[in-house]
Amino acid sequence: MAGLAASFGSGSMTNSIGEIPYADVLFLLGANPTDAHPIIGLHMRAALRRGAKFIVADPRKIWFAERADYFLQLRPGTDCMLLNAMMNVIISEGLENKEFINARTENYEVLKEYCKDITPERAEKIIGVPAEHIRKAARLYATADKAAIFYTLGITEHVCGTETVRTIANLAMLTGHIGKPSSGVNPLRGQNNVQGASDMGTMPDRFHGYQFVDDQAARERFEKAWGVKLPTTKGLMSPEMFDAANNGRLKAMMVMGEDPVMSQPNQEHIINGLKRLEFIVAIDIFMNETSKYAHVILPAASCAEKDGTFTNSERRVQRVRKAVEPIGTSRADWQILCELATRMGYQMKYNHPSEVWDELAVLASKFFGGINYERIDRVGIQWPCPDKNHPGTQYLHKDTFSRGRGLFYSPPCRPPAEKTDSEFPLILSTGRTLYQYNAGTMSRRSSGCSQIESECFVEISPFDAEMNGIKDGDMVRVISRRGEVQARAKVVGIKEGVIWMPMHFAEAAANRLTVSAYDNITMTPEYKVCAAKVEKDGEKKSKKKTATATTGIA
Amino acid sequence: MIKKTTGLETAPEPIKKIRLTIDGREVEAGPDQTILQAANSLGIRIPTLCHDPRLEPFSACRVCMVEVENARKPLATACSALVQDGMVVKTDTPKVYEARRFALELILSDHPLDCMTCDKCGSCVLQDLAYEYNLKGSRFFKEPDRGIVPDPNTMILRDDSKCILCGRCVRICDEVEQAHALDFINRGFQTVVGPAYGQTLLGTSCEFCGQCVSTCPVGALREKQAEGKGRNWQLDKVQTVCGYCGVGCNLFLNVHKKTGKLVKVTSQVGTVPNDGNLCIKGRFGYDFVHHPDRLTDPLIKKNGRFEKATWDEALDLVAGKFSEIKSKHGPQGIACIGSARCTNEENYLMMKFARAVVGTNSVDMCART
Repeated sequence: MAGLAASFGSGSMTNSIGEIPYADVLFLLGANPTDAHPIIGLHMRAALRRGAKFIVADPRKIWFAERADYFLQLRPGTDCMLLNAMMNVIISEGLENKEFINARTENYEVLKEYCKDITPERAEKIIGVPAEHIRKAARLYATADKAAIFYTLGITEHVCGTETVRTIANLAMLTGHIGKPSSGVNPLRGQNNVQGASDMGTMPDRFHGYQFVDDQAARERFEKAWGVKLPTTKGLMSPEMFDAANNGRLKAMMVMGEDPVMSQPNQEHIINGLKRLEFIVAIDIFMNETSKYAHVILPAASCAEKDGTFTNSERRVQRVRKAVEPIGTSRADWQILCELATRMGYQMKYNHPSEVWDELAVLASKFFGGINYERIDRVGIQWPCPDKNHPGTQYLHKDTFSRGRGLFYSPPCRPPAEKTDSEFPLILSTGRTLYQYNAGTMSRRSSGCSQIESECFVEISPFDAEMNGIKDGDMVRVISRRGEVQARAKVVGIKEGVIWMPMHFAEAAANRLTVSAYDNITMTPEYKVCAAKVEKDGEKKSKKKTATATTGIA
Repeated sequence: MIKKTTGLETAPEPIKKIRLTIDGREVEAGPDQTILQAANSLGIRIPTLCHDPRLEPFSACRVCMVEVENARKPLATACSALVQDGMVVKTDTPKVYEARRFALELILSDHPLDCMTCDKCGSCVLQDLAYEYNLKGSRFFKEPDRGIVPDPNTMILRDDSKCILCGRCVRICDEVEQAHALDFINRGFQTVVGPAYGQTLLGTSCEFCGQCVSTCPVGALREKQAEGKGRNWQLDKVQTVCGYCGVGCNLFLNVHKKTGKLVKVTSQVGTVPNDGNLCIKGRFGYDFVHHPDRLTDPLIKKNGRFEKATWDEALDLVAGKFSEIKSKHGPQGIACIGSARCTNEENYLMMKFARAVVGTNSVDMCART
């Protein structure tokens, strides 16, 4: 998000989901919507049926890759180079939108200078995509009437995530494909309320509504509203928290609805950190890998058992409603937090989440001032919505960017943190499948999802399978410099030299393998590249072994 | 290709320039709109069975027939006939009634009349239409020799005896989901809908989105896990947002009025942003709610083992420990992690808790990307 925020002034999907079917060209970068965002995938399928053209840049041969006009099967972590090469083509062939660049942007010369030497021929060697395909894709994107870019964690979960996002923003500004219906830059948000949690300031450097803690005026407003003096010292980002836990500076932690042991890279480092903490409280609906290390576990009500709001990927604030009574004595997280605060001497009392919303809407009125529970009773509203008469915002940056002029900025392309070598010759990438979800606490307890997909697998190209003596369906060991897991081999059309694993399976946790390397701005872990190797799991009758492992959680 | 109504608010507005009369009322419509769409815009109801606004018109069931004055053929299927300038349409005449009734009688010719035990009872379009058109049965009735298809999948139940061959499932799998898992098999009375070569759904390209179940107007495709757990009038439908990915699909949790248990998940055509469509997780991934593994009581670790505790014990312990660590090591000794899975209100309170109560800015969650 930091990347888009710096270029445009705000970091979220610029278009609405409902605009997708009407785009002429869809450029998918490190996104596999039919699996990870199935209903956005459905809207894209509608676009496909209407005759839209697709450009897909991905090491994996995803659903849309097979139907794309240009499938650019690049090496993981080289997206930045691809984008720069495309811009080189656009500028050298005079396809840039001069009118838009002059009227709406600044710093164009920097981009022009930077891209000058990154020819498709030069890029070809690094990214592994024929120069001619880069040229044709660039032309298709630049000359489209309505073109939209979609990216997800395939872009951001790299050490150079933020830089690549800024390069994406450059491409959109260069061609003027931004600030129009069905034309824009769209980071698809992964979880039900990622957008909302970002908006709500669950981050060390900002309050909700993107108001920064080091902005004195903002801090004073919050101090007045909350009736306390607020800290000015910089807070820790979650990877830093586990570093601080490991070196003894952090003593206690409260974890609500997350499973860092499963979801953070380099599992061993996380577990060691947790073990060193004096006190951990976990609030969750299930026991998970992290809560095992907790000192107190508080049972939470699930989203079917409480009221509130989620904000989806297109910035739409929507009502969540209680349908079922909380299971056992479990309580909604907001109730638990109020209880704890009050017991610690800070009066926190609300009768209903709507009262919390009303409080926070006033404190970030630029974004949420016009949204209340009555207005979003049936259909949610897309922020920004500053007042009660504002209809909400279907797409962003219409006449002007949030920051005024769009800012071109060309950071150097950085390679992934970990390099392959003769011992670990493959690049391991990880992600989500259609049938399971993240740490698997919910979906693996669903009989349907688990019937379709019950064990971990690893995608491997026919070439690499052959090289390692592996056949489709074999049980293999996937090994990195940090650990190893077992998975069933799936021989598919993935890029040679790349293997891919889902992250949903605790007994074969992909994050036992991933590397502790982070984007240097957002500290997003590089889940998408680490060096690995696969070995055939010869002796063991592995099917039985996986079955036992699975019953532990099912 | 006739343009579908998408139900999405962002669809471009058609240019209205055609004028016609329906049941004596004048209406304007776009050149690519159907009589059905024009009638709906006036609030005039025309019954349909094979029509779903998510799909292209199919005109298979013939129950949407209307009378068009001075047309070459006096009866037209409203779902597919395009509006024309000066057209005069009547939706409620004896001729229309008879035509629809006869179409229904043909459909009922091989549909079992076992509504009293059918899970779809109460939400079955065919049942409603048979009642509306006063049909007690069919003169052409022949008991279907098919039934529930053996299929080990735990999500979608196929009951061939109930199928009326409207093709909605086949078309939604083709046009919307584009998984192409279902099609018509055989001809005439032998026709059934299913995957190729009589496979079970597990062996096909089926993505188990359940769009076919959502569009089936009768009881031919049903949610397997909801079977026998309550019929339409016994269920409360609570509108909420899916708890899985970031698309934010709107759905209804169908909760049994007496047991309070979640029975199934449905959605509604026209909802933003999903237009009644869901994926496998949204539609079938709800077992976690009542799963026996759910944490039901606070747990306190004593001698390395978790023991049940009361809320007061647990909350006092946490509040006490946090206060103690705060006074001993300062607020920087404590960190809080919020969640992209929790609500906005909860994340706001978590951030407020960290800053205002603990006094630290060390609050984060997994989604800074």
